[in-house]
Amino acid sequence: MSITTNEFAETRRMVLKGAGVAALIGLGVVSFDARPALAAANDAYPKEAFKQKNEADAIKLLYGKTAEPSDKVKMDAPEIAENGAVVPISATTTLSDVTSITFLVSENPIALIASYRIPDGTLPSVSNRIKMAKTSNVIVIVEAGGKLYSATKEVKVTVGGCGG
Amino acid sequence: MIIRRRDFLRATAAATLTAGLPRLARSADTASVYDLERFGNARILHLTDTHAQLRPVFFREPSVNIGVGAMAGQPPHLVGKAFLDRFGIRPESADAYAFTCVEFEKAAVRFGKLGGFAHLKTLVDKLRADVGQGRSLLLDGGDLWQGTGLANAVKGADMVEAANLLGIEAMTGHWEFTYGEQALRDNLANFKGEFLAQNVFLTEEAAFNDAKAFDPASGRVFKPSTIKEIGSHRVAIIGQAFPYVPIAHPKRFTPDWTFGIRDEELQKLVDNHRTNDKVDAVILLSHNGMDVDLKLASRVTGIDVILGGHTHDAIPLPITVTNAGGVTLVTNAGSNGKFLGVLDLDLAKGKVANVRYRLLPVFSELLKPDPAMQGLIDRVRDPHVGDWSDKLASADRLLYRRGNFSGSVDQLICDAMLSELNAEIALSPGFRWGLTTLAGQPLTMEDVLSETAITYPETYVATMTGSQIKDVLEDVCDNLFNADPYHQQGGDMVRVGGLTYTCAPAETVGKRISELKLANGKHLEARKSYKVAGWASVNEQKGEPIWDIVAKHLRAGRPPNREAPGVTLKGVDDNAGIAKQGK
Repeated sequence: MSITTNEFAETRRMVLKGAGVAALIGLGVVSFDARPALAAANDAYPKEAFKQKNEADAIKLLYGKTAEPSDKVKMDAPEIAENGAVVPISATTTLSDVTSITFLVSENPIALIASYRIPDGTLPSVSNRIKMAKTSNVIVIVEAGGKLYSATKEVKVTVGGCGG
Repeated sequence: MIIRRRDFLRATAAATLTAGLPRLARSADTASVYDLERFGNARILHLTDTHAQLRPVFFREPSVNIGVGAMAGQPPHLVGKAFLDRFGIRPESADAYAFTCVEFEKAAVRFGKLGGFAHLKTLVDKLRADVGQGRSLLLDGGDLWQGTGLANAVKGADMVEAANLLGIEAMTGHWEFTYGEQALRDNLANFKGEFLAQNVFLTEEAAFNDAKAFDPASGRVFKPSTIKEIGSHRVAIIGQAFPYVPIAHPKRFTPDWTFGIRDEELQKLVDNHRTNDKVDAVILLSHNGMDVDLKLASRVTGIDVILGGHTHDAIPLPITVTNAGGVTLVTNAGSNGKFLGVLDLDLAKGKVANVRYRLLPVFSELLKPDPAMQGLIDRVRDPHVGDWSDKLASADRLLYRRGNFSGSVDQLICDAMLSELNAEIALSPGFRWGLTTLAGQPLTMEDVLSETAITYPETYVATMTGSQIKDVLEDVCDNLFNADPYHQQGGDMVRVGGLTYTCAPAETVGKRISELKLANGKHLEARKSYKVAGWASVNEQKGEPIWDIVAKHLRAGRPPNREAPGVTLKGVDDNAGIAKQGK
């Protein structure tokens, strides 16, 4: 999928807001040529964070701090991906004052997949589909009350076949 | 939570094995070995992984079934003598023959075949009659519709008829899905029982397109569970289909459905049955495989018993797993109709007061075939069997499949591909179904089909580099030996022909496979290309079906290849999952 016109991006942004998913600031899976429109609607696009090869550097550049694991961050991800090109991952949390939810895949060429801003009064729940070349940890970061919380799960990517 | 269950289940999980039978009386009436002491007030009979074997079979249990990490030396990863010791089975007994590979060829002649639906019917009817009307259930854990040429030709319709006559009240599935949605739904329309699967959902696209679902709101494709009344008690039966259907098999058979273990959804379902339906017991009818069930039992609370299948482990006693809510018993009931699980429950208000479990070997020679079922079997076989009954060759040695790395029948299949498809290397899937043939027995097309009958039998010849071949072996090996059971798919290692290698099961993915060599002793080179033949690819192929390749090879009467399968194991010397010579 490739979105090329600003008009379309504007419509799409409103749809996303209306659905309570919040505004996107980046996507790991679709090529996205509508940066100006998004940048105008949000803070600056975190260009450098989207260049990092490992998740720790990406988190540092995105947030300037580190996350602590929390069982209040719930990630729904398959144990073994049915198709590595489209892996459904969703995240919700019972934490309050959530301001953003971020997805990372350690073993992807670029670790940061997407970071979603969660406006005040929005349910902190995001579903997306990500692309994974190989077995990797998937990390969800929830920013709440100015602190970072995380959940991690290993998702296996296999060529398949030969089941009993 | 149900801490109260802890008290009794642990103490009474011990079951009685069938006492070692000295010798089987031929054509006896239903033998006294099947006269079970009465226990409790509800009886649940469990069949699984019969793989459509309507007639009695020889099936050799594995001599290699390695467990790694926490699973090392634990059931089901015990073979041979270690298995007999762990479960207190007398060597040379009929049970030793049914449950292990020890002295298989000698014992096979002495004790004969096991299973067969006409024999099973006699046994099931007896065990149900013993407890009286309305006091029992018959459940099937899946892989009921696949495994023979007949079942493959009629897409499992023969087995639906047999299941109806046998009286199966609920089932779940695995290979059933490989006939595709239409055939599955057609069969289920004729099935008198219920098909249960809590872990099959519509994909988002299919849901958006209003694809058919049992519950459109949740996207559940099938009914997840059912509540059965036994006497004055209520028992919830939850179905758990094989979680990795679209990964282990071509996705084209189930494009609209997504699977997975889904233990959070399962927990909600269990809690709902406990809290709202006030059931007295919760049973999970599972096709997860035993290692996965053992892990699931430690995470999900409120399940009394998991009746398991998929990994074809014939485990005589339930394994007790402790979790945050109490304990869950985990069983696995073998394969090919060799065994019938008998779970006797003493149900009380809101709980299981006591349990007794037996895994009965179905000795065909001790059971009179039921005439109605025998008639059905003859009728469904009749239109096909004539074409498949010609002798192709005689078995030059014991032919079997089951084992982590190799089986003599797979060596034969690999040899057939190497010679008929003129390849340097052959790859053959490590299925756990497929019958055993004794040395000297005739081999017919029907026998060949019992090793190969699937809906994607096409062979292929491909060019692969040495490093691609290694990657394939590593990937399959990780499905077998990943330290996390949730990352295992079941099945055994891909079989190889024209290739030898060393395997270190306890290592991690990418580090298990080494020393890859061609038959001529030359090391495989990472960048060099090799001509590889195979079958059962998850990608669509166009080659001749594997059974025709094997039949051609057998008809040609080539001299048998008696080379030892070239897999050297490393780092598992004392593993109880490897049978030592003579044990």
